[in-house]
Amino acid sequence: MISHPNTSLKYILCTLILAVGLQFSAIAEHTDEHPAHAPHATEVSTTSADAHPAPHGEQKFDAGKMILEHILDAHDWHLFGHTSIHLPVILYTDKGFEVFSSGKFEHGHATVQGKHYSYRLHDEKVIVVDETGAENAAATAAIKDISITKNVLALLISIVVLIAIFIPISNRYQQNPNRAPSGLQSLLEPIILFIQDNIAIPNIGKKNYGKYMPFLLTVFFFILVNNLLGLIPFFPGGANVTGNISVTFTLSAIVLIIVIVTSNKHYWQHILAMPGVPKPVLLILTPIEILGFVIRPFVLMMRLFANITAGHIVILSFISLIFIFGAMSATAGYGISIFSMLLVVFMSLLELLVAFLQAYVFTLLSAIYFGSAIEEGHHEEGHH
Amino acid sequence: MRLLTPDFGLVFWMVLGFGILFFILSKFAWKPILSALKEREQSIEGSLRQAEKAREDMSKLVAKNEELLNQAKEERNEILREAREAAEKVKTDIVARAQKEAEEKLKQAIREIDIQKMAAIVEVKNAAGLMALDIAEKVIRKELKGNPEQVAYVNQLAKEAKLN
Repeated sequence: MISHPNTSLKYILCTLILAVGLQFSAIAEHTDEHPAHAPHATEVSTTSADAHPAPHGEQKFDAGKMILEHILDAHDWHLFGHTSIHLPVILYTDKGFEVFSSGKFEHGHATVQGKHYSYRLHDEKVIVVDETGAENAAATAAIKDISITKNVLALLISIVVLIAIFIPISNRYQQNPNRAPSGLQSLLEPIILFIQDNIAIPNIGKKNYGKYMPFLLTVFFFILVNNLLGLIPFFPGGANVTGNISVTFTLSAIVLIIVIVTSNKHYWQHILAMPGVPKPVLLILTPIEILGFVIRPFVLMMRLFANITAGHIVILSFISLIFIFGAMSATAGYGISIFSMLLVVFMSLLELLVAFLQAYVFTLLSAIYFGSAIEEGHHEEGHH
Repeated sequence: MRLLTPDFGLVFWMVLGFGILFFILSKFAWKPILSALKEREQSIEGSLRQAEKAREDMSKLVAKNEELLNQAKEERNEILREAREAAEKVKTDIVARAQKEAEEKLKQAIREIDIQKMAAIVEVKNAAGLMALDIAEKVIRKELKGNPEQVAYVNQLAKEAKLN
């Protein structure tokens, strides 16, 4: 119990450093590109389409911007060249729903006249503008953007993939549970058994692991499939779903909710007043335990986000190198591409490992977390 | 900053999507799969136990067979021994009886020979007596013409004479 905050603190330190570093780089990019920050109808700034280096070789290549655009969510899904899928924009404004195609924004160049307001896309965020093109901050704050963005579509694709994989497998089991597994089933069965026998049972206990198994399995395969889809560089993949803070935030929030719902009296007793510890020590221990309670889901969120995002950033950086050198001279670009590609292949293989590892780590830590929440009192019984 | 701030829309879809995924997979995938795996595990365990039991039974059976075989062998040996003994006995019996019979036959033959010999001697004696009587008659006739007392006396003498 006591060791958890320490390891958690170590994780949080690492992830915070990485995250803060990323954030600074992000801010730096933005201030560089937008000296006049106020979005204006007449302003023709560099937009998402410009950032893709291939079709716009003659324009100045900005690696930071390109990388961030690949990592962040977007309202359209860039396929190749000038072709992208225009995803629907769904807004819940204070006056009601608003649905239109993101194609109408013309990559941020155009203002869209909706039923209730006029909208513009600024840094992939939908803002409300008035006739002069100035932002209506109050109306912008009021809208809830539930658009089908690139990440939402990728999320839905991954859900379809998961269902398409597991329902037929489940049918095979139902037909005859004693038949030897075949095909995809034989690939996934060891993983399912691994999660059951090596993650759930040792950490949660043989008595209670059953009720957590569906969540652990779902979360493992959800993260794994999204990690793997994220590594595919073209359409059905390529979205950075598990490297998006909203997704990891939701997953860890669900973990926290499950912990709170299933936890027993003993767990709270340990956090608020560790039994058998002198009162003065409790003054120090209790805040640490409370901090640990908050930090654990936070770390779950940060670890997955940072790992996957970092992997994407590194791979994209190596690709960017080609274009940076290519801008200097074509020969340098071709020359560096060999090394870049080798590094990209190496990193992709590493990311393949990370994809499994992070899915495993998230599942394992969730299981440990669940296990600690339902642990029976062992101080009194003294069998630990 | 967009990198680190959760986005309402995505969180909304994520909760919805993950919730639906969780529901569908729990109900239609994990439940049947886990129960099937458990069932399989149990059936494998059961089969192993059965196999273990069968092996034990088998080894018991083998031991029993061995025992039976040994018993049968012993019995066979016993029977053979008895048979041999019986045969031996029969043989000695037969030989003894044959010897006895042979002895009997021999004795009979000897007895027969004795009887025949005696008869022959008696005949010879009679013949010799008659001959001697004849001679003596002729002699005595010559000497004692028609003396019956002499004849009786000679006959008596011939009878008394033992030819051994």
